[in-house]
Amino acid sequence: MSARRLSLAPALARHILLCATGALMLVPLVWMVSLSLKPPGEIFHASFSLWPTQWYAGVNYARALTTAPLPRFLLNGVIVCAAIVVCQIAVSAPAAYALAKLRFPGRDFAFGLVLVGLLLPHQVLALPLFILCWQLGILNTYAALILPFVVSPFGIFLLRQFFKAVPDDLVHAARLDGFSELAIVFRIMLPVARPAVIAFATLSVVAHWNDLFWPLIAVRAEHLMPPTLGVVAFRNEEAGSDFGPLMAGATIVVAPLILAFLAAQRWFVEGLMVGSVK
Amino acid sequence: MSAATRQAVCAIARRRWLESLSACALIGPAMFLLLVLFILPAMAVLAIAATDWQFGARTLRFVGLQNFAQLLEDETFRRSFLNTLVFVGATVPVTVVLSLALALVIESGRSLRAFYRAVHFLPFMATLAAAAIAWEALLHPTIGLVNQVLGSFGVTGANWLRDETTVLPALGVIFVWKNLGYALILFLAGLKAIPADLYDAADVDGADDVIARLSTVTLPLIGPVAMFVLIVVALRAFEVFDTIKVLTQGGPAKASEMLLYTLYVESFEFMRTGYGAAIAVVFLAIVIGLTLLQARVLDRRVHYQ
Repeated sequence: MSARRLSLAPALARHILLCATGALMLVPLVWMVSLSLKPPGEIFHASFSLWPTQWYAGVNYARALTTAPLPRFLLNGVIVCAAIVVCQIAVSAPAAYALAKLRFPGRDFAFGLVLVGLLLPHQVLALPLFILCWQLGILNTYAALILPFVVSPFGIFLLRQFFKAVPDDLVHAARLDGFSELAIVFRIMLPVARPAVIAFATLSVVAHWNDLFWPLIAVRAEHLMPPTLGVVAFRNEEAGSDFGPLMAGATIVVAPLILAFLAAQRWFVEGLMVGSVK
Repeated sequence: MSAATRQAVCAIARRRWLESLSACALIGPAMFLLLVLFILPAMAVLAIAATDWQFGARTLRFVGLQNFAQLLEDETFRRSFLNTLVFVGATVPVTVVLSLALALVIESGRSLRAFYRAVHFLPFMATLAAAAIAWEALLHPTIGLVNQVLGSFGVTGANWLRDETTVLPALGVIFVWKNLGYALILFLAGLKAIPADLYDAADVDGADDVIARLSTVTLPLIGPVAMFVLIVVALRAFEVFDTIKVLTQGGPAKASEMLLYTLYVESFEFMRTGYGAAIAVVFLAIVIGLTLLQARVLDRRVHYQ
C-alpha cells in the first residue's frame, strides 16, 4: 500500500485512529503501573487520575520486594532461560549441520523425526515428562525446569535451513585448513547463520520466560520459581486484595521483557516472524 | 581396474565412511534427546490414554477406548470442549479482522510506522501471568477502571470474572488484547511482500483511489497470508491456559473451563493420569490437524510468489 503520500485529512485521521487504538492497547499496562504508585486510600477511592496525589511507590515496591523474593524469581528466570538456550543451540547446531551438509545413511529418517517433533505441542508431552522427571528424582529442581527443553526440533529445523544456504566450498576450505567437523559447526556455520541464531534465541527466551504451564508442574519450592509462577504464588498467598504491592510485583515481572523488546525491537520482531511458521 | 583406480575408490569409500561416522557423532545427542523427550513421551501418552492408571497407583488395567467413551459422557469435558470451540470461534475472527484493519491503516501512511507497530505489539511482550493480574484489577467489580468508566456513563458494570455470562467474553477480550499485535506484525510483513508494480499496474488500469486499490490488489493478495494468520491465532486460542489458571480456575460453574485447563486439572491435580492422557490425545489431534493445514497453506503461499 506504500507508494503514495496521503493528503492532509486522511493522514490526520490515520494518526488519530492509531493513537486511539494504541492507547487502548496500553491501558492495562499503564493502569497497572499507575496503581503500583498509589496508596490504598486512592486505589479504593475510585478515580480516573493516572498520577497519584500521594506518592506511594516506595512503600508498594518495598512491600512487594520484601514479602515475595521477586529478585530471586527474576534470577531463576534468567538462569533457566539461559541454560535452555545454550543447551538448545549446543545440541541443535551439530545436528542441523549433519542434516544440511553431510551424507549418511538414515538422514531422511532423522529429519523425519525432527518434523514429527515439530508437530508435538509441549502441553501434550507434559504428563510423560512429569513421570520421567519423577523417575529421575529431579522434580522440584532447576533440572526439571530445563531438561524437557534441551533439544528443540524447531531449532534444528531452522538452523538446517540456514546451513543449507552456506556454500559447500566454505566447508571444504575449512576442512583443508584442518578444522574438525565440530569446529566447523561452531566456528564457521554458527557465525555465518547469526541472524537465524539470534532469531531463534529470542524466540526461545520469550517462550520460556512467559511459560507458566510447565513450571506449575515441575517445581513447588518458592526459591526455584520462575517469574510467572512466582508472581501467581505472590498473588495467592500474600497480596490478596492489597492492590498496590500486587501491581508493583506484576510491574516488576512484566518489565524485563518489555524493556528488552523496546531496546532490541528488530530482533524480537524477526524472531517472532521466523517462529510463526512453527 | 588399475591399482590407481582401486586406490581412488578405496579413498572415496573411506571418506564416505568417515563422513557417516562424524555425522552420527554430531547428530547422535540430538536424536537421543528427541527420542527421549518428544517421540517416546508422545507414544507414552497414547499408551497411557488406553489405561485406567492413576499416578502413584501400583496397578493399572488396559481399558481400550473406555477413557474416550467416558470423555463423551463427562459433563465437565463436554462443557470444556464446547467453551473452547466458542472461545476460538469468537476470538480468532475478531483478532484477524482487527489486526488486518490495523495493518492496512498503519501501511497507508509513512510516518511513525515503527512506533505504531511497537505500541500495538507491546501487550504480546507482557508476561501473561502478570498481565492477567493487571486485568483482574481493571475488571474489578467496584474499583476496576472498566466499571468506573461504565459507571460514569450511567451503565452498571458486571462482576466480569465471577459472572457465568461474562467470564468467557472477558477472557476473550484479554486474548485479543494479547495477540492482536502478533497477528499485526505477520500482516505487516505480508503487505510488504506485495510487489509495488502491482499497484502501479492497478493505477494504469484506473484503480487509483484507496478502495479500488484495496479491492483489486491488496485484499486478493493478502488472502493466503490471512489464512496463515488465522491458523496461527487459532493454535494460540486453543492453547489458552494462563488467564484461566490465574483468574478463574475454570469457574464460575465451569463457565470458563477450557481444554488445556481441564487437561491440567485432571492430570496434575486429580492425578487421574489415564483420563488426563485421553484429553491430551484429543488436544493433540486438534493441534496436529491445524498444523498440517498450516503447512499446506504455507506451501500454497510459496507457489503464489
